[in-house]
Amino acid sequence: MQKTLKKYFAFFALPAVAAFCISFVIPFVFGVGLSFAEFTTVSNARYVGLQNYVKAFGESAEFIRALWFTVRFTVVSVVTVNAAAFFLALLLTRGVAGTNLFRTVFFMPNLIGGIVLGYIWQLIINGVLYPKGVTLLADARYGFWGMVALMNWQMVGYMMIIYIAGLQNIPGELIEAAAIDGSSPFQTLLRVTFPLVMPSVTICTFLTLTNSFKMFDQNLALTGGAPSEQTTMLALNIYKTFYGRTGYEGVGQAKAVVFFLLVAAIALTQLWLTRSREVEG
Amino acid sequence: MAERNHGLDLLIILFITLLSALFLAPVFIILMNSFKGRFFISEEPFRLPTAETFAGLENYLTGVGKTGFFSAFGYSLFITTGSVAAIVLFTSMTAWYIIRVKGRFTAFLYYCFVFSMIVPFQMVMFTMSKLANVLRLDNAVGILVIYLGFGAGLSVFMFSGFVRAIPLEIEEAATIDGCGPVQIFFGVVLPILRPTAITVAILNAMWVWNDYLLPLLVIGSKYRTIPVAVQYLVGGYGSKDMGAMMAMLVLSIIPIVIFYLFCQKYIIRGVISGAVKG
Repeated sequence: MQKTLKKYFAFFALPAVAAFCISFVIPFVFGVGLSFAEFTTVSNARYVGLQNYVKAFGESAEFIRALWFTVRFTVVSVVTVNAAAFFLALLLTRGVAGTNLFRTVFFMPNLIGGIVLGYIWQLIINGVLYPKGVTLLADARYGFWGMVALMNWQMVGYMMIIYIAGLQNIPGELIEAAAIDGSSPFQTLLRVTFPLVMPSVTICTFLTLTNSFKMFDQNLALTGGAPSEQTTMLALNIYKTFYGRTGYEGVGQAKAVVFFLLVAAIALTQLWLTRSREVEG
Repeated sequence: MAERNHGLDLLIILFITLLSALFLAPVFIILMNSFKGRFFISEEPFRLPTAETFAGLENYLTGVGKTGFFSAFGYSLFITTGSVAAIVLFTSMTAWYIIRVKGRFTAFLYYCFVFSMIVPFQMVMFTMSKLANVLRLDNAVGILVIYLGFGAGLSVFMFSGFVRAIPLEIEEAATIDGCGPVQIFFGVVLPILRPTAITVAILNAMWVWNDYLLPLLVIGSKYRTIPVAVQYLVGGYGSKDMGAMMAMLVLSIIPIVIFYLFCQKYIIRGVISGAVKG
């Protein structure tokens, strides 16, 4: 059958492969190339070597500051989202009444798009700050914690669902056996439950990590980087470099390549971690 | 089993109920403010509308007028359903071809698709939107091609995983019965892939419906989707119309909530299997 099927490339594979080339392969190759060029449209590109990369890091501290802000935000979100989600999952797998309804409620915010989420939280945080006579844009700390709150609202339900699936896979006999052996509930949680949900922990950590690191829409809508670019994350900084100043398209592309390498490094670490766990199990 | 501790159960239910109320509060606050006059919103966002602040449907009327909400809704609906249909159909076909025709070329294609999953959008956004422009894909139909290309990575990857699990004997039996590849795919393989197809459809629908930057860059202000329309209304400089903004936020959440209530089971299942695969 393989021989007959082989002749059907144009029918089965070509549509998706052609679209994939248009939206990904060609733009990616040109993107890497243009990071070494100066251009305003693709046709007037001129080779400038590493100049864009030097400018990306050297010309102003904005890119480094955005990187630092992104890293801090990512660390705080990964920890808070996963802690809250795991805690909720524990509560919702005890078989108390109404579990499904609660699950539905906690997951709901995840379906709302980033732009809309950003404006919802803008209103709420400004409302909380109103008695103090300031707004969200007055201090970078408000923007930072605002985004952490937003991220938790959006992601906790999602991660909770994955943790619930992980917890439900643990055979009940194991927990009972531990209890019969005289293990306290807390010991059981730490020594039996936790090691057994490690695969879910890896997945959730990775999902929150990449989602926080690549965040764009929420950042744009909530603060737009204000005050004075102090709350700009990497993706927004790259966007502003591309479309905010003419003549800086090459620098934007160089920043994008650096961003890609960082994201790829995170993804490969995750893959490596998952693989090494699978060998152990 | 140890005896249930009913006191503890009650405490947990109470705690989770409170937390659920807190989780729903942001949506409720937006809804409440959408019925207030535009100048009362910033000052007391947490208060219910009173006789003085109540504005009826005024915000909805101005918001819909300013953003062209119904046309945005139409574009969002068309682009989402079109992209999802194209992605499910063409990537399942591609995945089957890649897995069943063994060779260097198909292995290379597979790794290209997997590789694309780790590349952030910012890496290709500029060159992609220029290329879309040159190829005249910068309209509501052309963008479907772009979405098919971007959705291909994850979708081919997910379909491939499940195609591998289909026993070859089934397809061989169909060949002996005189079926060609096209008949085998649509008559035998695709029905088996149905659960995966639902998962792929849900994951892509959630992404395309809420996507902001890609439609902004490719079709921009000509064909505004809902996220682009919302950002257009409130993202500009100058004085914001808070009333219209609240109304637009409510209107963009309503379709999502309806979709969620109807497809909840599939969405949650899809999210779980999508996460485990991804």
